[in-house]
Amino acid sequence: MAHDHHPTGIKRWLFTTNHKDIGSMYLWFSFIMFLIGGAMALGIRTELFQPGLQFFDPNTFNSLTTLHGLIMVFGAVMPAFVGLANWLIPMQIGAPDMALPRMNNFSFWILPFAFTLLLLSLVPQLFPDGAPNFGWTFYAPLSTKYGPASTDFFIFGVHLMGISSIMGAINVIVTVFNMRAPGMTLMKMPMFVWTWVITAFLLIMVMPVLAGAVTMMLTDRHFGTSFFDAAGGGDPVMFQHIFWFFGHPEVYIMILPAFGIASHIIPTFSRKPLFGYASMVYATASIAFLSFLVWAHHMFTVGMPVAGELYFMIATMIIAVPTGVKIFNWVATMWKGSITFETPMLFALAFVILFTLGGVSGVMLAMTPVDKQYHDTYFVVAHFHYVLFPGAIFGTIAAVYYWLPKWTGNMFNETLSKIHFWLSIISVNITFFPMHFSGLAGMQRRVPDYNMMFEGFNQLSSIGAFMLGFSQLLFMYIVINCIRGGQGKATDNVWDGAEGLEFTHLPSPAPYHSFEKAPEVK
Amino acid sequence: MKEMTENTGKPTNYYVPEQSNLPIIGSVGLFILVLGAGNFIQSSTDKVKAEEGSLQAFMGSMGPYILTLGLLIIFYLMYKWWSTAARESMANMNSAQLDRSYRQGMLWFITSEVMFFAAFFGALWYARTLIVPWLGGEGNNAMTHALLWPDFNAIWPVTTTPGGTTTQAMGPWGLPAINTAILLTSSWTLTIAHHALIDRNRSTLILFTWLTALLGVIFLGLQAYEYYHAYTDLGLTLGSGIYGNTFFMLTGFHGLHVTIGTIFLIVLSIRCSKGHFTPENHFAYEAGAWYWHFVDVVWLFLFVFVYAF
Repeated sequence: MAHDHHPTGIKRWLFTTNHKDIGSMYLWFSFIMFLIGGAMALGIRTELFQPGLQFFDPNTFNSLTTLHGLIMVFGAVMPAFVGLANWLIPMQIGAPDMALPRMNNFSFWILPFAFTLLLLSLVPQLFPDGAPNFGWTFYAPLSTKYGPASTDFFIFGVHLMGISSIMGAINVIVTVFNMRAPGMTLMKMPMFVWTWVITAFLLIMVMPVLAGAVTMMLTDRHFGTSFFDAAGGGDPVMFQHIFWFFGHPEVYIMILPAFGIASHIIPTFSRKPLFGYASMVYATASIAFLSFLVWAHHMFTVGMPVAGELYFMIATMIIAVPTGVKIFNWVATMWKGSITFETPMLFALAFVILFTLGGVSGVMLAMTPVDKQYHDTYFVVAHFHYVLFPGAIFGTIAAVYYWLPKWTGNMFNETLSKIHFWLSIISVNITFFPMHFSGLAGMQRRVPDYNMMFEGFNQLSSIGAFMLGFSQLLFMYIVINCIRGGQGKATDNVWDGAEGLEFTHLPSPAPYHSFEKAPEVK
Repeated sequence: MKEMTENTGKPTNYYVPEQSNLPIIGSVGLFILVLGAGNFIQSSTDKVKAEEGSLQAFMGSMGPYILTLGLLIIFYLMYKWWSTAARESMANMNSAQLDRSYRQGMLWFITSEVMFFAAFFGALWYARTLIVPWLGGEGNNAMTHALLWPDFNAIWPVTTTPGGTTTQAMGPWGLPAINTAILLTSSWTLTIAHHALIDRNRSTLILFTWLTALLGVIFLGLQAYEYYHAYTDLGLTLGSGIYGNTFFMLTGFHGLHVTIGTIFLIVLSIRCSKGHFTPENHFAYEAGAWYWHFVDVVWLFLFVFVYAF
C-alpha cells in the first residue's frame, strides 16, 4: 500500500485522498470565503460610516448582512477548522491518514459548489428580486412567505453544506476512535483532538436538524405546508426553536476547536504542561452537552412563557462555569511559566482575553430582562463578533502560525507576523468595541440607516473594519512567503519544547503520508 | 498494531486508497441535481413568477432536464462508488481496522438520519403540545384566540385549521397496523437471513434476504395506496394544515428511506446469490441490516405518534 509518488497538477487536488492536501484545500477555500465575506462586511461598514442612505438600497444592505453572516459561518470559520482537523488529527494521533479518505475529499469538494449556488443569488439576470435578505438566521416568514426566489437555491446550498459537514464529522469521529496509535488512550489525546471529536458529535447531532428546518421552509414556500404559518396550525416561532436547536450548538462548533488550539499553544510558550488536562476535557464535554439545552435564549422577545424564560436564562448561565474552568486553566498554565511571546502565543493570549470579553457580554445577554433591552441591537453584534473574530478567527490564525513551520518546513517572517498581530488586535477592538456602546444606546442591527447620535461610534467601527480587513492581506502574504521558503528552515521540533507526536516524531515539513507505521505512545 | 497478532489472512496495513475521481463526480452531480431541482420547483409552482424571455424563465424551463442529468450522475456515482468498495472488499484489501472504520461510519450516518427525523418529530410534538392549545387560547393567548381565530377548535388531529381548511384524520387500525406487522416481520426475516449468513447456510440467506426486500415492496405498495386513499377519500393532503403537513412529511420521508432500504436489500440479495459475503467479511450486509432496522424503528415511532395517538 505504500505509494510515495506525488500526483501533480490539477489532478492532485481534484482526485486526492491525502489528508494534508485536503486540509490545505479547506484552508485556502476558507481564506477565499473570508475575503469575500470580509468584502461584504466592508460594504456594510461603508454604508454605516454616515447616517442616511449613501451606497446601498435597504434590500441590498439586507442581502449584504445575510450573505456576510452565512459566508463567514459556513464558508470561513467551519471549513477553516475542518482544514486544521485534516492537517493535524492524523499527525497528532499517529495515524497514516483520515479513516475514510475518499469521503474526506467528497466533503471538501461539495463546498465550492454549495457556495457557488449561494453566490449565484447575486446574479440579477437569474434572480431579479435579489439575494437572500432575511439575515443569516433566515427566520420565517421573512424566508418563507416573503423570501426572494434565490431563497430556494440558498436552501439547497444549506443542504449541500450539511452533507459536507456531516461527512466531515463522521470522518473525524471514526478517525479518532479507530485510528489512534497503540498507547494513545483517550485521556492521552491532545486537546485539539478532544475538542474536535466533541465538535464532530455536535455536527452530527445538529446539521440534520438544520436540513429539516430548511426542508420545511421549502415545502412551506412551494408545496402548501404551513409549518411556520398560524393559519394552517403552524407557528413562525417554531422555526426559531428548530433553527436555534441547531444554531446554539453551532456557535460552539465554531469555538471548541479554537479552545483546543489555545490549549496547545499556551503550554508550549509557557514551557509548562497544560494545567488541568482532565478538567479541560470534561469542561469541553459539558459545554457541548449544555449547548443542546439553552437554545431559546436567542428568543427571549418572542413571548415565551415565563417558566421557559427562567429555565433558559439559568441553563445558559450554567455554561459560564465550564467555560470559566477552561479560562482559569489557561491562566494557571501561564502562572510562573517562562513565557515568551512568539506570534502564535500573542494570538493565543489575545484569544483568551478577548474571548472572555465576548463571553462576559454573553452572560449579560443571557439575563432575560436585560436581553429584552439588548435584543437585536449592536450590543449583540459586538458580543458575537468578539467571540468569533478574536475567538474563532484569532484561534485559527494562531494555529496557522503555530503549525505552519511544521507543514511547510520553513519559518515565517517573525517581524511581519508581529506587525500583523498588532494591526489585528488594535483594529479588531476599534471595530467591535464601540458597537457595545452604540448597541446599549439603542442602535438596531440590520438597518442601513441610524440616528445622528450614533455617528461617532459607527465611524470608529468603520475605520477599524477597513484596518482589520486589509491587515489580513498581510497575513496572506506572510503565509505565501513562508510556503516559498520564508526565513529559512524550521527545526523538527519547531518551537522550543513543543509537545505532541507531530513535533516529537515527524520531521519538518511533515512527510506526505504521516505515519505509515504507527508510533508507540508511552 | 493489534491486528498484526491476529492471523486472519487479512492485510495489516491500513488501506489508504489511491487517487479517486469519485468525489469530484459526486460534487458536480449534487450541484447539477440541486440546480435542476431549484429551477424545476420554481417553474412548476406559483411562488416565483419569472418574466417571460428572461434568463430566470429559461433556467426554469430547463429545470427538469438539469434535474434529470443530476440524478443520472448521482445514480452513476452511487453504482460506481459502491461497486468499487465491494471490489476492494472482495479483493481482501480491507484490514480489520478498515472494516471497523466502515462500521463506525455507518453507525454515525444512521445517527445523523435519526436527528433528521427528530426535526420533524420535534415539529409534530411542538405543534401538538404547544401551538394548537395556544391557538385555542391557552396560556396567555386568550386574545390570540378571541381576536384572530375565534372559530378554531383546539383538538388533535387538527381537522379544521384556524384558516378553515378541513380534512379527515387517518386512523391507525387499517393499513397502518398491517404495515406495522409487515415491517416487524421484515426485521425478523432479515435477522434469520443474517444468522444464515454467519452459519454459511446460503439457500436460507438468499431466500430470506429476498423475502425481506419483498416485504419492503409490499409495504411501499400499501403506503402508496394509503396516500391515494388519503388524497381521494379523506381530503387529507400535504396542504391540509399542520396535521397533513406532519403526516405526509414524516411518512413521506420514512417511505423514501424504505425505498432506499429496499433497493439496498435487493442489491444485497443479488450479491448474496453471487456469493460475495463470508461470515468474516460482510460489512455491506450488516450496514444494510442496520439501516433496515433503523427504518423499522422510525416506523414504530410513526405508528405511535402519527397514527395511534
